[in-house]
Parts: sequence; structure tokens; C-alpha cells
Amino acid sequence: MAKLEDTLNISDEEGFVTEFDAAMDDPYRVKPVIEFRDVRLAFDDKVILDGVSFTVRRGETKCILGRSGGGKSTTIRLILGLLKPDSGQILIDGEDITGFSEEEMMPVRQKIGMVFQEGALFDSLSVYENVAYRLREQNVEEEEIEHEVRRMLRFVDLEDAIDKTPNELSGGMRRRVGIARALVGDPEIVLYDEPTAGLDPPTARTICELAIKLRDLQDVSSIFVTHEMNNIGYLSSEYAIVTETGEVVLEKEGEKLCLINTEVIMLRDGKIAFSGTDEKLRSSSDPYIQNFVYGK
Amino acid sequence: MNPITKFIFELQGISLLVWRSFTGLFSRPRYASEWIRQMDLIGVGSLPIVLLTGFFTGAVLVLQTYLTLQAYSIQSSTGQLVATSLVRELGPVLTALMVSGRIGSAIAAELGSMVVSQQIDAMRAFGTDPNRKLVAPRLIALILMLPLLTVAADIFGLIGGAIVADTIYNQDVNAFVNSAREGIQVKDIIGGVVKPVFFGLVVGSVACHKGLSTTGGTVGVGKSTTDSVVIASIWVIIFDFFLSKALQYLLDIGKM
Repeated sequence: MAKLEDTLNISDEEGFVTEFDAAMDDPYRVKPVIEFRDVRLAFDDKVILDGVSFTVRRGETKCILGRSGGGKSTTIRLILGLLKPDSGQILIDGEDITGFSEEEMMPVRQKIGMVFQEGALFDSLSVYENVAYRLREQNVEEEEIEHEVRRMLRFVDLEDAIDKTPNELSGGMRRRVGIARALVGDPEIVLYDEPTAGLDPPTARTICELAIKLRDLQDVSSIFVTHEMNNIGYLSSEYAIVTETGEVVLEKEGEKLCLINTEVIMLRDGKIAFSGTDEKLRSSSDPYIQNFVYGK
Repeated sequence: MNPITKFIFELQGISLLVWRSFTGLFSRPRYASEWIRQMDLIGVGSLPIVLLTGFFTGAVLVLQTYLTLQAYSIQSSTGQLVATSLVRELGPVLTALMVSGRIGSAIAAELGSMVVSQQIDAMRAFGTDPNRKLVAPRLIALILMLPLLTVAADIFGLIGGAIVADTIYNQDVNAFVNSAREGIQVKDIIGGVVKPVFFGLVVGSVACHKGLSTTGGTVGVGKSTTDSVVIASIWVIIFDFFLSKALQYLLDIGKM
């Protein structure tokens, strides 16, 4: 995958569009990156997922909505192979990972970056070491590690915090370091587990902007678990482009362009209660969805 | 859940944990630097409390038993009594209990808080096996360090005993040392070093298992910590009985 610097060089917007058209017919793009087939999971008597099926295409962001404890985070843990489903199949890049052992999961996990709920930074390591963690595990040369770590911390605008420990960071900074750590090694898939929970609105917005940039400029496929409607609003109505001066800006969808790379899934009692665009979600007449979207 | 089923499940969890950690030692990555760090933390870190415990245990043994032995006019055997009880029994058990309190609780709390803050999940997601990186180094360190700490406690116990015998009961230090040397045989020392190897395994595996199976947020961490110390201590004492019997049989201890 193209690195951020390379992507930033795209200045010709028309070229970008034709490239996009051609890409739509590309089998590489048509094949789902993540696929759930009738996945079921229960803890003792409590059913968490009850026959969930969905796909995530390349470059697409799927937002998963639902009440707390409704199986959203579980979905993400299943993709990483941290949990195994009771039945059904999970495919990553067309590969059925359902029966994979911990060792077999390792190469699959390398394709995936994960942003945890509270950041889940390693307390005993500095910000630098946290971000470098995955590369260190892969025995990458220290020089390259430092270059990568700085590049990622610059992306989340936290290069100054490189020598701090996680305890010295605010909640929002921890999430951003968490994002930087997830992005090291340029994963094709990024999973966000409630990345904005408990953050103030401007910081939450920053996190969403990062997700938008990754989706539109880096061609990352992702799952964005949240229960906050404004996150969905940002993700499904704004897109990132690179201007002629090489600057990255966010624009709102409108007459010029309609975003099709972001969809919403709503989980209810372990089943998918809704799947489609955010416009459809907002105009749904289902009282449960109405209640969730408008809070009444 | 029925307590017996629960016990069997726990036992299964602990056995699997130990099995995975040890089989992991036969392939890379092994995280050797982590082993050294844990040995320093567990071995050197526990030395002061273990030495103090050993010293005063030896001292109080002499203080209490001297008078009883004097009643039978065999007070010259004080050294022998203190040495055998320390080397065979009190050294290994008390050291294991102290280490369980200090290190077992710390391991359970550290791993438990890593679980509830999703750091263990993060570790797995980034391709690290927590058994290799976290469990194996702690088990290895405990298994190697506990016998050494026990020996240190034994020696300080004898020193404590000698000082009390000399200062309070006016028994010559040489007489005490000679009596102690008569009392202990090589097989006692072997037994006294073999026991802590098993105790290290018990303390480490219980603490790691309890820590890694923490649920229920910060309250859960507290519960895991307490459980780990209580369960490990009970098992050390229970194991001690059966190990002593097995060692008596294997090393022919007690047959003069």
C-alpha cells in the first residue's frame, strides 16, 4: 500500500477520479476484505451474536452502531481472532480464519491495526516504545523503527509527546497514540473500538478526521464501532482530498460527490437490525432505530 | 457453578498455562531480557524481606526451644533442632509464603490490570503471545529464585539462632554451629532446595492464572490479587506436606 507521503503527492483530482472508476471493476477491490457469514456466539446463556453476516469492501468503512453490551466490541475481537465464534465463518482477505490457531493468526493480525477503547497503551513503555512495539516484535532495524514512529506520530500530530509515558497523556492524546500504534506497518484494515467514547467533542472530531483521512487517502478498510451519532455524521458526510498545494482538506458531500464508501450496521439483540447508508438510517421508521438516532 | 467443577476448570486453566509457557521455551521468541528483569525483581527485590523473616524465625526458634530442651538437659542440641527445622521445613515454606505475598500479589495485580485495560488484547493483536512474554519469564524467575532465596533465609535463620543462643542463653557460638552441622545432612539440604522449586511453580502459576483470568474491571483486579495470595499460600502448605512425604521416601530422610 502507498505510504502517506506518496499519497500526499496526488494533486491531480481528475486523475484520481478515473483511477477510482477503473478500480471499481478491479477484482482486488470487489472481493470483500472482511466477511462474516452467519456468525453466532454466546457466553453461557447470553447470546451475543445471533447469525450476523456482513462484508466490508476494500477502502470501505463500516460503522457498527448499537447499545452498550450489544456485541459491537465482540465483533472486533472476533476479527482479530481474540475470540472464536460458536458457529459461522469469518473471512479476512478471502481467507477463512475461523479455525486458525494463535500461531496461524499472527500473519493475519499483521494486516490489521486495532484502536482500543481506552487506547490500551502499555503503561510500562514510553510513547515511542508503544508505537514501535509491533516493529520491535518483527525485529525491524532501529533506524527504520524511529523513522516509522516519527512518521506516525506526526500523522496524529503528537510528535512532541514521543518521550512521554502514557500516564502523562490526556485521554484524547492516549487515543491518538493508540491510533499511531495501530497504523505502524501500514495495515490494510483498521478496527476502531469506540475511539471517541468519553472524549470532548473537538477531540472526538479530530479522531473522526483521522479515520476519514485513512479511508480516503490510504485506502484503508475499516470497522468503526461507536454509539455516538455525530461520529457517523462526520464519517458518512465528509471526505478528504489533497489540494493542488498538497494540503489535505476535508469537504462535505453534496452535488459534486456522494460518499458510497461508508455504511452503517446496527446491532440489536445479536442480530443486524439495520444495514445501509446513514441517510436511510435517519429516515427509518423503525421505532427502535428512531429511538437510537434521535434519543427519544 | 458447582465448586468441584469450578475447581477442575481452574486446575485445567493453570495446567494449560504452565504447559504452554514451558513448551514455548523450545522456540523463538523467548524474551531472555525479560527473564533477567523478572529475576532481578523477584530475586533481588525479595531478598530483604526474606532475610528478615529468616533471621527472626531462627532467633525465635532458639528463644522458645532452648528452655524446653534445657528441661531435658539436652540444650546442647539446640543448634541441631533449629537447623533441621529451618532447612527442612520453615525456610522453604516461610520464604514461599513471603514471596507469594509480595510477588504473587504483584503479578496478579499487574496482569489483572493489563487485562482490564485491554493491554493483553493489544499485545495479542500486535502479534505477541502473552504466555511467552509475560507468563514464562515470571515462572522461570520464580522457579530459579525461590530456592536461592530459601538458602539465604536458612543461613540468616542460623545466624539469628546463633546470636540468640550466644547473647541470651550464653551458649557458645561454636557449640551451636557444631550441633547444627551434626543435625543437617546433605539430603536435608537437597530436600530443602527441591521444595522451593515446586513452590515457585505453584506461586507463579496461580498468580499468572488469576491475573490473566481477571474480569470485572478494577474491582476484579483486587479480587484476583487477594485470591492469588490466599490460594497460592494454601497450596504451598498443602503441597509441603505431600512433598515432604515424597522426599522422605525418595531421599531416605529420617532413617538414621
